[in-house]
Amino acid sequence: MSAPLEVDVAVVGGGIVGCAVARELAGHDVSVALIEAKGDVGDATSKANTAILHTGFDAVPGSLESRLVRRGYELLSAYADDAGVPVERVGALLVAWTDEELASLPKLLAKAGDNGYEHGEIVDADEVYRRVPALGPGALGGLSIPDESIVCSWTAALAYATEAVHRGAHLLLRHRVSAVEVGDERTVLRTDRGDISARWVVNAAGLGADHLDRLLGHDRFTVVPRRGELIVFDKLARPLAPCIVLPVPSSRGKGVLISPTVYGNVMLGPTAEDLDDRADTSTSEAGLASLLEKGRALMPVLLDEEVTTTYAGLRAATEHSDYVVDLDAAQRYLLLGGIRSTGLTASMALAEHAVELLRGAGAVLTARTDLPPTPRMPNVGEAFPRPYADDALIAGDSDYGRVVCFCERVTRGELRDAFASTIPPADVDGLRRRTRALMGRCQGFYCGAEVTRLLDEHAGTTS
Amino acid sequence: MTEVRTEVLVIGGGPAGLSAAAALAPACRVLVLDREPEAGGIPRHSDHTGYGVRDLRTVTTGPRYARRLVDAALASGAEVRTEATVTGWAGERTVEVTTPQGRLAVTADAVVLATGARERPRTARLVAGDRPAGVLSTGLLQNLVHLQHRSPGTRAVVVGSELVSWSAVLTLREAGCSTVLMTTERPHGESYAALRVPASTGLRVPVATRTRVVRVVGRDRVEGVDLEDLATGRRRHVPCDTVVFTGDWIPDHELARLGGIDLDPATKGPRVDARLRTSAPGVFAIGNLVHPVDTADVAALDGRHVADAVRRWFGGGAAAVPAPGVDLVADAPLTWVAPSVVRPGDGVPARSRLLLWTDERRLAARVSVSQSGREIARRTLPWPAVPGRVLRVPASVLDEVRADAGPVHIRLV
Repeated sequence: MSAPLEVDVAVVGGGIVGCAVARELAGHDVSVALIEAKGDVGDATSKANTAILHTGFDAVPGSLESRLVRRGYELLSAYADDAGVPVERVGALLVAWTDEELASLPKLLAKAGDNGYEHGEIVDADEVYRRVPALGPGALGGLSIPDESIVCSWTAALAYATEAVHRGAHLLLRHRVSAVEVGDERTVLRTDRGDISARWVVNAAGLGADHLDRLLGHDRFTVVPRRGELIVFDKLARPLAPCIVLPVPSSRGKGVLISPTVYGNVMLGPTAEDLDDRADTSTSEAGLASLLEKGRALMPVLLDEEVTTTYAGLRAATEHSDYVVDLDAAQRYLLLGGIRSTGLTASMALAEHAVELLRGAGAVLTARTDLPPTPRMPNVGEAFPRPYADDALIAGDSDYGRVVCFCERVTRGELRDAFASTIPPADVDGLRRRTRALMGRCQGFYCGAEVTRLLDEHAGTTS
Repeated sequence: MTEVRTEVLVIGGGPAGLSAAAALAPACRVLVLDREPEAGGIPRHSDHTGYGVRDLRTVTTGPRYARRLVDAALASGAEVRTEATVTGWAGERTVEVTTPQGRLAVTADAVVLATGARERPRTARLVAGDRPAGVLSTGLLQNLVHLQHRSPGTRAVVVGSELVSWSAVLTLREAGCSTVLMTTERPHGESYAALRVPASTGLRVPVATRTRVVRVVGRDRVEGVDLEDLATGRRRHVPCDTVVFTGDWIPDHELARLGGIDLDPATKGPRVDARLRTSAPGVFAIGNLVHPVDTADVAALDGRHVADAVRRWFGGGAAAVPAPGVDLVADAPLTWVAPSVVRPGDGVPARSRLLLWTDERRLAARVSVSQSGREIARRTLPWPAVPGRVLRVPASVLDEVRADAGPVHIRLV
């Protein structure tokens, strides 16, 4: 066994939160390792959420989540502009379908105010239908949250991780932490691919955060993987969903949302079902059937559109209603646990918060003044210019005019760029997240073989 | 953006588009745009025989057939541009195109849409389960095997039991992958003999009828599928490492829809009349975009048929915009009919045939046509109605249709 990698801070978990924390820490005068069990960053919970940039209007007022979502919304909105993470401020409309839901709208509006969100507005049924004409019959009114936005969660995680690496962080993929030894000065993280010795440890292990927490001798929460299934409709359906249509929390049980995506599709979901298996991202007959049933009531014409894909994600639910964030100064250990789907929005605020907590416990974190520029990520958002439509780009390099994936209009140039990027894709799913190749309506009928060939060609040149 | 002018723009260089180009190019300027690196369409990667029967009066393999159609289009003077992806409309008959040489704005006097059809993927069929490698469509399978020379797996379940499904089985066999089971939700599997796949191939594959795939199992690689017997509700697991979802066609109608062209609710392709005119003046639609799907040679003959309509459009100008016709509606178990706009005086459709799709098998097929509740034609067909294969009906059943008597219904009796 070779000598362990020695760093000042080890961040365990390469999801959206871990990547943001690693990026932030690497902006200080410390050495950082970002340790991820899977072959890619953002490849577990982070890849399959509803990709909404939340204002935090409906958080529990006074909670850590409320504060960090508010702050994270500002931070990520600004970062997205810099790094080229697609964001569209489409707004959200909570639609009331029962008298009970309608009656609860003023309370929700007040709660939004308590959360520091002042732009909410109650609208009547006519206005609801004016904004979303495709809604099914029976809407009684709504609450408009004009600043709710949609974002590309894949690009966000990838941008953080890329910038972390550019800032000098060690990205250790396929390193699964199996044991932890806390010493007086340093903590050794044992992985199947070698050990990492760190002065400070940050637990951002998402679905595995409680396991890692126990390896450090704690017993304070349990992650229950909560499966959320989603149906993604064809891009031709996008005009049906000009904004995010949210359910009003009520005694009817949890509703589902309809949301446009930054890729130009329409999404219906998610379901919510607690599972035992933390790796089970399969879809279920019952889940898909329930989505269709709810979708039929919400927006009947949506069901006439073609389905492009379905998927399921697992949220890291815990017995606590708030994020489980705790710093153990004696162990030089920071836990960022129980970060639910709002973690995408809160990610940069969590990173900022992590730095404050570590400093408070004695970590010396001096901001660097020699940082490389923020990376500009390849755009995969439909609302922003894409290479296939960029004459100047094609004139400079004909591969940007060579469309390989027809449905998503992904060019050979973009695939090549992904292979040559700081964090290249490990597999076809990684390539899909970076470029949208194979994400479209034909699901590979036309280009699947060619994309696979290019991926293998790349693997052949790097192995 | 480079401006390009042409008399006829054909979008899609498969059998239909290439045949239209070959028929029109001797008399006018024709540009064919195909997004693939090579024109020829689906037959390029259907490396088995059976192509060219009706249009070329020969029997050849898919790749050879594709090559011959490309050669014929070129020989007639058409320009065929590959790696040219049409991304949208910029005018009534102007489209935007991405090519390695840059963006083009192509304006034409007539546009022929020939974008074909694809199979609905597993995801669109809402089959639950994992998302492992090894879940294919016939198109992807044939691309992998014939264009990339890859091996799909060793044990396959083929979902579907129709013409294209047998094409998948042939490809799998050639790639050394055995098909352990075919499934169909229908009460009958369609034998390959009835479907004209050459009997000499000696294919024997068990077919599970009235059977639905309910789940794909396997996290990284397919490990099997769960099947449900629709009659009893009983479920079973069939181990396999490959599952091919075949058939269940959907036209590639994106461009038509983006152009505001009326779609037929049944085919989901553009609504056309006997002359293959769409609702947009000077825009025509041919091939499997309007009848998803018939065989390649029938698509090719659409291409020849549309040439006459395009010439009439050139001759008539604005006066060639037709009066609204009456709807032709296929009643269950028929699911669609093409063309679906009937207008007395339009003349006969391609091959003087109506093309229909059926959900049920009728070995002795008889059709009845009625308008405003009155039967205007009844025919016994010399061939069966078989799911997964186009049912052809002589267009003369429409001879008595009146322009003022409302929708026309066609049904099996």
